[in-house]
Formats: sequence, structure tokens, C-alpha cells
Amino acid sequence: MSTATFNTGRAIRVTVLSLGALIFLSPYIFMLSAAGKTQSEIFTSALSLVPQTFYYVANFTKAFSRVPMGTLLWNGVMVCGLIFFFQVLVAIPCAYAMAKLKFRAAKLLMAMVMLGLLVPIHATALPLYVAFDSASLLNSYTALVAPFSISVFAIFMFLQFFRAMPDDLIHAARLDGMSEIGIVARVIVPNAWPAVTAFAIFSVVAHWNDLYWPLIVISKQGFATPPLGLMYFRAAEAGDDYGALMAATMVITLPLVAAFLLAQKRFVEGITMTGLKG
Amino acid sequence: MSALSLSGITKSFGDNAILKGVSLEIEPGEFIALVGPSGCGKSTLLRILAGLDHADSGEIVIGGREMSGMAAADRNIAMVFQSYALYPHLTAGQNIAVPLAMRRLSRGQRLPFVGSFMPGQRSIRKTIQRDVAEMARSLKIDHLLDRKPGQMSGGQRQRVALARAMVRQPSVFLMDEPLSNLDANLRVHARGEIVDLHRRAGVPTVYVTHDQAEALSMADRVAVMIGGNLLQLATPQVIYDDPAHVDVARFVGQPRINLVPALAEGGRVAFGGIRMALSDDREAGTDVTIGIRPEFVRLSDNSNDALAAHVERIEFLGSEVIVYCKLDAIGETMIAKLTPAEAAGVSVGKPVALTLSPDKAMVFAADGRRLAATPVAADSIKERAHG
Amino acid sequence: MASIAFDTVSPKRLADVHARNEARTAWLLASPAIVLMIVFILLPVIAVIGLGFTNFELGIDKFRFVGLDNYSHLFTDRTFRKSLWNTTVYTAIVAPVSIVLGLGVALLIESETTAKSFFRTAYFLPVASLIVAMATVWQYLFHPTIGPINALLATVGIPGPNWLGSAGTVLYSLSIIGVWQSVGFNMVLFLAGLTAIPRELYAAAEVDGARSAIDRFRLVTWPMLAPTTLFVTTISIINAVKVFETVQTLTEGGPNRASEVLLFTIYHEGFVYLHVGYASAMTVVFLVILMVLTFLQYNVLDKRVHYS
Repeated sequence: MSTATFNTGRAIRVTVLSLGALIFLSPYIFMLSAAGKTQSEIFTSALSLVPQTFYYVANFTKAFSRVPMGTLLWNGVMVCGLIFFFQVLVAIPCAYAMAKLKFRAAKLLMAMVMLGLLVPIHATALPLYVAFDSASLLNSYTALVAPFSISVFAIFMFLQFFRAMPDDLIHAARLDGMSEIGIVARVIVPNAWPAVTAFAIFSVVAHWNDLYWPLIVISKQGFATPPLGLMYFRAAEAGDDYGALMAATMVITLPLVAAFLLAQKRFVEGITMTGLKG
Repeated sequence: MSALSLSGITKSFGDNAILKGVSLEIEPGEFIALVGPSGCGKSTLLRILAGLDHADSGEIVIGGREMSGMAAADRNIAMVFQSYALYPHLTAGQNIAVPLAMRRLSRGQRLPFVGSFMPGQRSIRKTIQRDVAEMARSLKIDHLLDRKPGQMSGGQRQRVALARAMVRQPSVFLMDEPLSNLDANLRVHARGEIVDLHRRAGVPTVYVTHDQAEALSMADRVAVMIGGNLLQLATPQVIYDDPAHVDVARFVGQPRINLVPALAEGGRVAFGGIRMALSDDREAGTDVTIGIRPEFVRLSDNSNDALAAHVERIEFLGSEVIVYCKLDAIGETMIAKLTPAEAAGVSVGKPVALTLSPDKAMVFAADGRRLAATPVAADSIKERAHG
Repeated sequence: MASIAFDTVSPKRLADVHARNEARTAWLLASPAIVLMIVFILLPVIAVIGLGFTNFELGIDKFRFVGLDNYSHLFTDRTFRKSLWNTTVYTAIVAPVSIVLGLGVALLIESETTAKSFFRTAYFLPVASLIVAMATVWQYLFHPTIGPINALLATVGIPGPNWLGSAGTVLYSLSIIGVWQSVGFNMVLFLAGLTAIPRELYAAAEVDGARSAIDRFRLVTWPMLAPTTLFVTTISIINAVKVFETVQTLTEGGPNRASEVLLFTIYHEGFVYLHVGYASAMTVVFLVILMVLTFLQYNVLDKRVHYS
């Protein structure tokens, strides 16, 4: 059905795909182009892609000076890292217990997990905010990380994965005298690597991107995550300096895009894995 | 006129030559088994016949019409796949109806909702239903017509696949290892059913399998393919008794044929009591291979022409006993197929003397071709064993 | 020595002891998850439902139980109704379009042999980029006077509208961004579904007489993709209902509530105006909508879609 030869069908396909790709990539192209233009040039020539005067350095300097890039990136990495760490730490033992051990509450737990999948952070935000406020925990890493430390999606995903793992692996470990915790740490975790990386991608992308919860619990710039940082920059940059705005956007969006380009296969595998289970 | 004829089919994938010039002809109503080891190209050849793939060169003529340029849908060929390839979302009845619907209904009549308003489609659908029911009855699956493939056993699915192929009354049947997914008992039973069906339908059939026993037991003629070449096309008896190539001899027969190296001198070959004179004595002083099937290897008490050997392994199979013997002289293993009575008293490590039936030996050239040879009297040549 | 010990304990008791040990270990392993689930999911949901029945406001100490007043007020609240309507319109545009485009792109890429990964990357890049950042870029693109889109339209003589600034077009502009952001995700899911279709089915279809690509699509591709399509549809609809970042960044619900969406309204009521009780009632409605959408799709359609 698919041949590498040239024929009209293939020519049409490639043309359509390329046009579409061009449209989809155009925001990046214009972002790159505008980041290097002076304000006046942005105003006058909207469609020219290559800036007449290369204003990149000035725009980027402005972006870096107004946006505490280092702090934002550090916060982003720390928050996403901590969230991911706790999610995996909590989910793997629970999923293992549900998949491989017999205990009466397993079914109840399963029901709770399924229900939990339906409840996004937006639904639980209000009471959590009130709780954190009364405990004076706003504007802290705790507030940013704690609500996400439980990820029912992680439990669900690891559960499917563990169910597919052969029981004999665990029987062999038990015969060797390992305790259950030992089994989890030394047999399950190393073998769960594909599921862990797939989930890592899902979790990091979701939480790096999250605006809702950080917006609610953070009001001090020092604790801002990347989306929040950009919001502050926009608010501060009330004017029309789109050049600097595009530069700031570029800087903030670069880490995730770079990570994606480097680890593309993993990204796609991760989404595929969650999709095939669905 | 032959029903199906292939000439000079070649096919390569990149640098890999899968088919190296295959030609064969099938008579009307014939059942041909296309057999060979994995990777020999038989499935590729089948796909080219069906029109799912295109040959690099060569001609395909079916029923007098040249088919090389035609798409699969236009060739009036039916195919049964290894995994049956039944549409999982359709019932058995709907599966069987698909080829009829594709051919008898126009594009407009086939549209999901609008199609039911098209003129004429109701009567066509009625005839389709009638044909499907008739086919289902003859294959004894009429009680399954409303079930989906996921709710059927392997054997039932196989019959639905057969029904789907036969309902169209094609000019050629192609079958790609349709029994390999069944367990052993079912497989033997299904073989008989397929041969029966073929006799009733009378449609020329090309049946691909890697199982030589299946090929020999089912086919009118067997085509042995190895390494992209069609080595021999003949009746099962001829393939077994009179192989044209050492690879054919090696592939067919259970347990495998015994092959020992020997030297042809002056047009004569001698080994273990066998003396053969080559018809073409140009093959002087060359390396040849002598082949003899295990059932023609016997134990003897003592005889001048017997080969001395030691028993390596014994396999008891109920009605026969397979004895693996290591020849003392040259270290090769010879397999003997004996009756339990003949094998009485044989144990591992015991020294034995093997005699070979002289008129059942075959001689093959170094390049594998079978050489014509006749057995000659014992004392006309001296024995020369190849060191 | 071991045999002496075993003489006094029956096998059944040993089995019981093992079972209890296993259960205890399981509880131990699952307990952190259970605790966190209760604290961060179960209790907050109960709290939200409870708060929805009160007039609690952050900063005011006294509050009382008001029964269904919040919900009846929601019925007449024009902002909330507009918000529901806008979210519906947005979802009705973004979900189908991104599903169809995702499938189309997946089909095209699947049959292409050489530049597969380049195209896959190009279409997936928006999914992997920071929403807030890319929304900002789109703001530049959509700018009525200096934005490239209107400049492009001007070259063919069409006066471009004020995409994000006019009530008539703002929801559509946001929908464009929404589609742009989701096509890649759907494409990847569809690609996975397409590669899982056994090739032999296509061969059987060809031999059966399905000549054209459309015939093969209707006979094999579409039915075999059904579970994937269901999953993609569910995810797309739910993600569309949860739209927030673009609205918060670009329009703040304006102009004149033309782009007010559910989550934005909830955010404003609860965290800006601090009407926590009222916002909780809204949240309950939001949650109910999500649950109904998910249950509808999975329970009604799931059986029809899995064939084995």
C-alpha cells in the first residue's frame, strides 16, 4: 500500500502534510523572527521573516533582566521533579499491592482510583486553598507539590503494567527470601522502567504547563513557576514591546521543547502507552 | 490450456533476491502444494499471484488472461490467510458476504445509510444472503452466521474464512498456511476437510505450507521451493522417491534422509554395499553425495558389505523405532527406521552392522543436482570409502 | 529441627498466617497512597460539595448553611450561563475539529515512508510547548494591526478582524489555538491505533474486492480504530471543557464575557472575589458535567467498540 516510488497519490499526500506542517510551525517561525526585531520594525513589516536589524541581543537582554529566568527554571525543575518523585514513590508500592497481592480492600481501592481519575485539580482547588491558607502554607514548595503527590493516573498506569508482568518473577524472588519491600525495590522498580519513563513524560509536561494551581497558591515572584513567570512578565510589560515579549517566550518555552526534541521517541511512546491502555 | 501459469517470476527486496525466476503451470482442478522452509519465498510468490505484491519481472496468466498489471480486486482470486483475517467487527455471515457485496453492489449502493435508498439494491442483497446461506450450509457453519469471529473457536473461524473464499466461485484458490494456527489433532482433521472441499469445488488451488507431511498428503502435485528457486514440481510419490535435488530430498521425509559424501571415480560410486554406475561418466573423480532413506537401512548380523557402526540414540515411536548410528569408518551419523521386532536387542552404545538397499540409493552432484545412476553388480568395482 | 516445629502446626493454619501476612504487607504498601487519596481527593471533594451548600467567603469568619440557594442562583446567573454556553461552543468546535484533523494527519503520515518523524514532530511540537508561552505568541499572530495573520489577509485584500478583541470572533480565535494545541496529541494516539491494525486485514480486503483507499478505510481502518477513536474523543472533549490557560492569559473572559469559560468563572468567583461557597457550587456542576461526559462515553459505547 505504501511504496517509496513517486506517484500522484504520494505527491498529494506530501504536499498536504507539508502545508499543514508549515501552518503548525508558523507560530514558532514568527516567534523566532519577532524576537529579533526592533519595535518599529514589528510595527511596520509584519510578514518579513528575517529582521532587518538583528535586535536579538537587546531583546533577550531585556527579557532576561525582567524575567528571573534562573529562578523560574529552578522552580520549575524543583517542583516538577519533586512532584514526579513523590508520585512514583507512592504509586509503585500501591500499584504492586493491587496487582500482585491479595487483600480485601483491593476492590474498594480500585473503585477509588477510577473515581479519582475523574477529579481534576480544578475541582479540589477551593478547599485545598482554604486549608493551605489557614495553615499559612501559601507561597511555598509544599503548597505547589503536595496536592499532586498522589497521582491516580500513575497508579492506574503502573497497575496495568504490573498486571502484565509475569508472576513467576515475583515467585522466584520470594523463594530467594526477599521481603515484599525488597521485591518492590529490587525486582519491580528496575523492570518497571518503561512505564516509569512514559509516566515521567506525562507528569512533567502536565505540571510544567500547569497555570491554575500555581496561580492560586503563589503570589510572590520568588516562587513562580515558568507559566506564572511569563504571566508576571506580561503584566509588567504592559506596553507593546512584542520583540522582548517574544524573546521572553522563547526563553521560557525552550527547555521543554529542547527536551522534547532530544527525547522525541520517549514522548511519543509515553503518550502511546497511555492511549493503548485506554 | 493450463488454468494458471507463471513464467520467470523474480522479486527482490533491496539487495535481497527472494524469488529467482520461478515458473510453474497448474492444470484445471489441480491441488498444488507449495512447500519449503521459512524464508524460501513461497508466501511472496503467493502474494504476487494474488496481486498484493508485484513481481520485478515475469508473467502471470490465469485462465488465459495476462494478470501482471491487474489489481488484486480484479483478479477473481480468493485467498485464505494464515490468521484467517476475518473482519472482527462483522458477523460470520457479514464476513462471507463482503466479497459478494464488493462485486455486486455499486459504490452508491454500498453507502451506509443512503445506500438503502438506492434502486435495485434490495434484490441484490437478497441474492447475496441466499448465496451466503448456501455456502454456510455446505460448510456446516450455518448456525454460526450471527456470531462474531471473537466468539468462535479456531476451527470455526477457519471454516468461515474458507466460506468467504469459496462463496465467490473464484478461478483460483490461494491458501497461505491456513492450518498452522490449529492444534495438531484439529489440523489433521482439517486437512481432510480442505481436500474434500477442493474436490467438490473443482477450483485449482495453490496451498502454501512449511509442513512437508501436509504437502505430501494433500496435493496432486507438490512444488518444492528453496532459496527462491522452484526445485521440483511433481507428484508426492515422485518427490519422495525421485527427488531432483539434494535439498528436495533433505526437505521431504521424516526422519530426514541419510546423506553421506562419496567419491565418483571413473563414473562409478561405491559405498557400504551400494555400487552405482553414473549414466553420465563425465563426472569422473568428483565429490558426490549418496542419499538413502532411513527405511532402506537395515541391521544385519554380518555381511561383507555391511557398515560397522555404534548406536548413538534410540527413539521409540510405537509402530517404529528410529535408531541413530555413528559410522565407525567416517564418523557420520546414519539413521535407520526399523520395526520394533527388528530393533529388539538394540541398545545405546552397542556395535551394529548396517546394510543399505542398493537399488534405493540416490546420487547427487556437488551442486545438489540429482545424477542418473544405475546399480551395478557387486564385483565390478572395488569399494572406495571417502575418507 | 524444622520438622519438629512443623509437626505441631497444621498446613491450613500456615496458609492462614501467610494470607494474613500478605494482606498486611499489601496494606502497608498501599497506605501512603490511600492516605494521600483521602486527604487530597476524597476530603476536598466532600468539602466542595459541602461548601456548595454554604455561603462561605474567604476573609469572613461567619458563614451559614444555605441549602440549594447557590444552585438556584446559578440558574439565573447570567455570567454563569454565558460561561456554560461559551464552554459548550468552544468544546463543540475544538473537539470534533481536532479529532478529525488528528485522524487525517495520522492517516497521511502512516502511509508516508520517508519523512515520517519530521512530520510527526512538527505536528506534535505544540503539545510539548508551554501553553502560556504559545498563547502569547498567538496573541502576537492575532494582533489586529501588527500581527502577521491580518497582514497576510491584507495582501489578498481581506480586512482581518480584531481576532482577540472583538466579541464576535474571540471564541473562534481561542478555538483555533485550542485545535492547534490538541491535533498533535490526537495524531499520536491515532498513529498508535493505526499501527495496531493487522496488515493481513488489508490484504484480505484487497482480495475481497476493496479497490480504493476509501473502501479499505470503511471496511478495515475505521472499524478497527473504534476503541482508539472512543478514547481520543473522550480525552478531547474533557480537555476542551477544561480550557483555562488561554483565556486567563489572553482575554480574561472578555471582551464583555464573550470568552468567559467554566474554569475561568470558577477561578474568578472563588479566588478573586473569594465567594468560596458559590464557587464550590459551580465546581460541583463542573464535576458533574465531567463525570456525565465520561460515563456516557465509556459505558454506552465501550461494549460496541471492543470486538473480542
